Amino acid sequence: MRLQDNIITEWAPQGSSVLELGCGNGDLLLKLVTEKKARAQGIEIDAQALRECVAKGLNVFQEDIDGGLAVFPDGAFDLVIMNECLQQVKKPDFVLKEALRVGRKAIVAFPNFAYYKVRFQVLFGKVPVTPSLPYQWYETPNLHFLSNSDFKGYCRKRGFKIERSAFTSAGRTVRFLPNLVSQLGIYEISV
Amino acid sequence: MMMAENGKGLGITETQYLTFAQPPEELRLESGGKLGPITVAYETYGRLNVDRSNAILVVHALSGDAHAAGWHEGDKSPGWWDDMIGPGKGLDTDKYFVISSNVLGGCKGTTGPSSLNPLTGKPYALDFPIITVGDMVSVQRRLVEHLGIEKLLTVIGGSMGGMQVLEWVVSHPGMVRSAIPIATALKHAPQQIAFNEVGRQSIMGDANWNGGNYYGGPLPAKGLAVARMVGHITYMSDISMAEKFGRRFRSERGHDPEKFGSDFEVEGYLRYRGDNFVKRFDANSYLYITKAMDYFDILGDKELREVFRGVSAKLLVIAFKSDWLYPAYQSEEIIKACKLAGVEATYAEIFSTYGHDAFLLEVEEETHMIKYFLKKVSGHLEVKTPNEAPR
Repeated sequence: MRLQDNIITEWAPQGSSVLELGCGNGDLLLKLVTEKKARAQGIEIDAQALRECVAKGLNVFQEDIDGGLAVFPDGAFDLVIMNECLQQVKKPDFVLKEALRVGRKAIVAFPNFAYYKVRFQVLFGKVPVTPSLPYQWYETPNLHFLSNSDFKGYCRKRGFKIERSAFTSAGRTVRFLPNLVSQLGIYEISV
Repeated sequence: MMMAENGKGLGITETQYLTFAQPPEELRLESGGKLGPITVAYETYGRLNVDRSNAILVVHALSGDAHAAGWHEGDKSPGWWDDMIGPGKGLDTDKYFVISSNVLGGCKGTTGPSSLNPLTGKPYALDFPIITVGDMVSVQRRLVEHLGIEKLLTVIGGSMGGMQVLEWVVSHPGMVRSAIPIATALKHAPQQIAFNEVGRQSIMGDANWNGGNYYGGPLPAKGLAVARMVGHITYMSDISMAEKFGRRFRSERGHDPEKFGSDFEVEGYLRYRGDNFVKRFDANSYLYITKAMDYFDILGDKELREVFRGVSAKLLVIAFKSDWLYPAYQSEEIIKACKLAGVEATYAEIFSTYGHDAFLLEVEEETHMIKYFLKKVSGHLEVKTPNEAPR
């Protein structure tokens, strides 16, 4: 179980309606259903991941995130979660705005591109490969690279309120200099 | 035979009949007319549990019938969805009580245009009233009630079966806990109507059709066979045809010495399918049922956001990638309606090269989706049968 799954589950209110974008094999959604009695819906494009979600008894739409949110009415969910998929969507700005239209709150977790090991690798002329950015340049599904300070700046620009945040690295929570030391940033935001 | 090999099928199954709507209690049709008496042919598999909560209604496509699973004495093949229904299968008859019936307007035991009109003592032919998917569902509802079931665990079907599934969800939301529409649409699109119209014109253009009065005389066999040929083309895909037939000739010597003979394997296949269909299907039923499909539009005057309002059933919607007759976008429309109404649903677009036929052929993937979906929606369903001692 990934540490951010515990953090996100802890943040989610009991009995809330949750939409997870790019829910993968459904581990987090299942945790939210069993531990928080969430009314859960997922969106996932990958057929094998969808199969696993269905086997867990989850409701999932097989479709891409960039187009999948359009139909949901405003405020259809208490919470929209993007767990390490923001960096993979084509239009992150659009998807985030949509997430906060469809959900009253959103929780976003993404790999921090300002992690010091990433900085070192870039400094030495390499595209970084780290535990939270594990792909070579020629096979990465990541389309966008951002840091904790980039995200904060973005939220300021868009007028999104950061309700709370947490930072992790190698299975531990990080509090000191998170933009330098954390591999993953987790944010709860609202409009 | 397959049954002997795997030893896991349902064995011999039997069609039963229920007659209702005796005059003056005829069934009111959506067209405004009345019809009665109505006989419905049905089969059941598995056992109804004590609280009658494990019943599944299987609804068939254009040319299907009540015989969905198991074997009829002396038959060369089992029911049309035997791969899906039986002990340990997707619709597991060790857990669920499965009901399958022939649709209204059909020719496999349920009242249709080839049935005797009690007023004349002759087959109805074109005196049979226009029927709709809604009317088919009304008949199924009477059957389900007759079997003592107030709420179905699920209604499942592909193609026209999927239309009946949607009709159940919208017209009788209190009677379905879940629904599985497969390779279907909220309404028939012009292309779908167009193919059906070619089939109907082929039948009506056959001199033997005779305004629908061919019972007891020569059948409009050529017309019906061509209708079926067109149908089969739409059920396959470019890829599945290339894989199945290629450009192969039927004879090793090359083309047929006869001009315009059935040279190619694909031609032979279509002719065989067409000719075979004539032996088992009534041409007037083909007209009535295809028209019911064409009239199908679950939205009517409603907007997409309204169509599933008040629906509490959970949906599993399945489409297939190479299906161009009922393309995936039509299933996505069903999902849009779910999103707008807050209906809990799962949508799977299964990879397949089989085209529309995939809903009968992609058994493994479908079984996975259906099995787990049913497990979820049945929740803590107790699979007690009357023979087991209640706790």
